[in-house]
Amino acid sequence: MRRLLLLLALPLALAFGGSPAGAAIQPYFYPFVNPYEATVMDLPAAYVAKLPEEVPTKIFKLTIFPERKIPDVFWYEDGLVCSLAPQKGKAPLIFVIAGTGSKFNSPTMLKLQRAYYQAGFHVVSITSPTHMNFVVNASESAVPGDVRADARDLYRVMQAAWEKVRDDVDVSSFALAGYSLGGIQAAFVSLLDEERKNFDFRKVLLLNPPVSLFNSVTALDRLLVENIGGEENFIPWFQTVLYNLAAVSREMGYMELTGEFIYKAYKIRPPVEQNLKALIGLSFRMDSANMIFTADVMNGGGYIVPTKAKLNNSTSLTPYAMVAYRTSFVDYFHEYFSPYWRKKEPGLTEQALIDRLSLRSIEPYLRSAEKIGLLTNEDDVILVPGEIEYLQQVFGDRAKIFPTGGHLGNLNHPDAVRYMNGFLTGKEL
Amino acid sequence: MNKPTNRTLTVALLLAALSLLAGCSTVPVLAPDSQAPLRRYEDVVKTPTEQQLLRVSDPIEGFNRGAYRFNYNFDKYLFLPVVKGYRFVMPDYAEQRVSNFYDNIFEFTNFTNSLLQLKWKKTGITTARFAINSTVGIAGLWDPATKWGLRRQSEDFGQTLGHYGVSNGAYIVLPVAGPSNVRDTTGLVVDSVAFNTVDPLNFDSNQEWEAPFNALYAVDKRKRIPFRYYDTGSPFEYELVRMLNTQYRAFQVAD
Repeated sequence: MRRLLLLLALPLALAFGGSPAGAAIQPYFYPFVNPYEATVMDLPAAYVAKLPEEVPTKIFKLTIFPERKIPDVFWYEDGLVCSLAPQKGKAPLIFVIAGTGSKFNSPTMLKLQRAYYQAGFHVVSITSPTHMNFVVNASESAVPGDVRADARDLYRVMQAAWEKVRDDVDVSSFALAGYSLGGIQAAFVSLLDEERKNFDFRKVLLLNPPVSLFNSVTALDRLLVENIGGEENFIPWFQTVLYNLAAVSREMGYMELTGEFIYKAYKIRPPVEQNLKALIGLSFRMDSANMIFTADVMNGGGYIVPTKAKLNNSTSLTPYAMVAYRTSFVDYFHEYFSPYWRKKEPGLTEQALIDRLSLRSIEPYLRSAEKIGLLTNEDDVILVPGEIEYLQQVFGDRAKIFPTGGHLGNLNHPDAVRYMNGFLTGKEL
Repeated sequence: MNKPTNRTLTVALLLAALSLLAGCSTVPVLAPDSQAPLRRYEDVVKTPTEQQLLRVSDPIEGFNRGAYRFNYNFDKYLFLPVVKGYRFVMPDYAEQRVSNFYDNIFEFTNFTNSLLQLKWKKTGITTARFAINSTVGIAGLWDPATKWGLRRQSEDFGQTLGHYGVSNGAYIVLPVAGPSNVRDTTGLVVDSVAFNTVDPLNFDSNQEWEAPFNALYAVDKRKRIPFRYYDTGSPFEYELVRMLNTQYRAFQVAD
């Protein structure tokens, strides 16, 4: 999705002028002071930590539920795809969990893979439980979003992945990391592991996690709707974006889909914050639309598709796509997710469900677990007021909070890489 | 001189096949006791149909989805393994020379179409590029023109038709070649016929070179496109590719 964000950021960068947010120098030399810019823009090469260009990677598939009949419409899905970056000798193994809608080899996952490989870990990369590939192949309920159930699914996947790779690698101990939604999931996986002890993680690192899942998805949903002047305005807004894309490329004489090019465009005329917000919201909306449709089909329909509808490989999905893209995560939460879990657990209220999808629900564990570290930014756009202070207070000196970087913008910044690798290897600097 | 080549013939055959296969049903099969979903299209989608980004004229969607699936399998079992083998045996440096060579030869298409649209600046840049790259760049193996600020101006006959007001026509997924539409497919055929008519590489008297030329062209072209079928993580990939291709071509026509 980041590629899409970059593509769409380009016209906004040039077509609207205004905001004086330039490349002011921060204490740790982060080029974007605006959190929305930090979230959307790729870090320019000059600010990026030196990481190996490519690491040896083996890609493998896991069949988690051999009995499961995959619906025809997902005919191309035949197993959960994961990757392993093995070290040559004996080394610790780290599992990394991707954020919402992302897969094992998303740009952010590759950054983390390279950083942890450089620090001496075997790296196993795992697709987010909200990604279609995971929902279809590895989610027990196929209704993602309940972090406890997601953690059980992830744990099952990690065990299967470990079975698959254990003959290829010499492992001394285990560690765990996850970013964004994967960050909060990592905390719940760690808690589950205290019970089951399969891995006995030495270190667990939460990167830009939400505190309350519901607060964060509400914030992300709003970014789209409130910054394009209401949902019904989406098409004119999007057409303006595309129109500006044409104008920009004419003005510059060429166009490339690279971070460097977009940064160049950005330097000429910084983007309007409103549009950056809308882009972040759009990216999230597209990820959640994919997830919602997949969940509905896997559970026999009734939400987006009719019940007992036979969708196959030549069925037109266009009307369902249009409905799914007009469905926010919060709609899904109230209309599908919450009824689903409340039916399973009579007596569960919606507020109780919201409360348990939160780091607050496992606060005593987080306070006492010395092995869990946190990296986030004061200006992370998925946090609501008060949540940064809460994280600081709960994690104390195990929290590394940068002043800027937005949501995930600085994970390949040298200071962030140094902190992550220091924490994970136990050699803090 | 005017002999149709393999490429032209293939496209013509595919077009003929389209009309036969256009009938596949794309409507989901419902059970007698199927129930409407909670979020019904009729309730949720309020914007008029003609303004829908995802709504692209696609009367042969059944065939197109089949071709899309075919392309996935073709990639998986033949095309990508061949590209992989090519990349394995060829040094990156040599691959770049091959890409430059084809870019230079097909400046022919950019030239004719810039001219047809009376775009003098583009015609001039393309002529200069061809002259520089064919000489200083040694038969187009290197591309000094771009370094000197003369960027490649992509123009094809689909764009020329668009320039003179011809609309897209129905969406078509071409086997192997991928997303297109009636106008752009016509453009492909015309560009290919024009190239074979002028025959700048004189294949007429060196027929043994034509097949390797076309095969290497296909491999080089696929190598340069990072797109992989069913790799976007979206169940709506077909719709998204259709929308993006349509928007992208409109943008190219306007340029």
